[in-house]
Amino acid sequence: MNHDALRILLADDDDDDRLFFKEAIEEVKVKTVVTMVNDGVELMDYLLKAEIHLPNLVFLDLNMPRKSGMECLQEIRSNNKLKDIAIAIYSTSGLEKDIEETFVKGANIYIKKPHDFEILKSILAKVITINWQYHTSGLNKENFLLNIQ
Amino acid sequence: MKLHIKYDINICSRIILQEQLDKLQLPYKITGLGEIEISETISTLKYQELETNLNKYAIEIIDSPKNVFTQKIKDAIVEMVYLEDALPAIKISAHLAKKLNKSYNYISGIFSEVTFTSIQKFINLQKIERAKQEIIEDKETLTEIAWKLNFSSVAHLSNEFKRNTGLTPSAFQRIIKKRKETDFTSQQ
Repeated sequence: MNHDALRILLADDDDDDRLFFKEAIEEVKVKTVVTMVNDGVELMDYLLKAEIHLPNLVFLDLNMPRKSGMECLQEIRSNNKLKDIAIAIYSTSGLEKDIEETFVKGANIYIKKPHDFEILKSILAKVITINWQYHTSGLNKENFLLNIQ
Repeated sequence: MKLHIKYDINICSRIILQEQLDKLQLPYKITGLGEIEISETISTLKYQELETNLNKYAIEIIDSPKNVFTQKIKDAIVEMVYLEDALPAIKISAHLAKKLNKSYNYISGIFSEVTFTSIQKFINLQKIERAKQEIIEDKETLTEIAWKLNFSSVAHLSNEFKRNTGLTPSAFQRIIKKRKETDFTSQQ
């Protein structure tokens, strides 16, 4: 079956992080369409707009002004319309407790932000390839957990 | 009596498509001439049904032969990992070659080209998916699950599990259990 591209959305308030992310993702072999928003309020406004084609995968920075990543995660998971979106937490914290809490609250992926561009590229390649498999092979998303440190 | 009929072939095709897609209850959008977008991943069974139903009207689904073949490879792998109680004892490459009647080199080449991943990685992913299900069901010990999925030991299964998910089997089990206790809809 034909599947065109993976739709990705990044919510991050840091300009540099957004830029690195965009550059890294352009080198991944899977075709992607990337949208970016600056914080949690913008993210939820975007997702709740009626006319958009929902993203397949949202990268969520935990630490954002106005509305935190954790608040967004809970809002997304309690909204039936958004339940199919895979959520990747993209955070500076690598604490076991934080990781487990976001998974329990419905996150699928936890990525500790790397400081090295090459590492970021390989992490994104891994995350996107696995998502592509879930997207195109009808795998059970409820059991999809991936922790990358 | 002779009737003269005028018809618009585009409208006809559109209505046939709508009827057939509605019948299978697929969420779709007709995006243009000769293009439909289905917003969920459809099962091979539904896909075949749709194909058969449309063929009656001489409507064909044009899918590249490579995509079709890749789907067959995936089906064969899934069948191998899920339906049979224990994985085949013969080598997986030989099993696939026999099942699909093509050389393993040919099979793996097409697979990587279409899915951006190797057959071996896909099999691992499927095996871990099955292990996840078994762990959640919590009926069998890790030793039994490891044996069933052709891992040489529990340690081997645990390592592969950790490599694929970043979590140990027990952390995974704990998270899924806690998740089930959380009612997402009441959080608002």
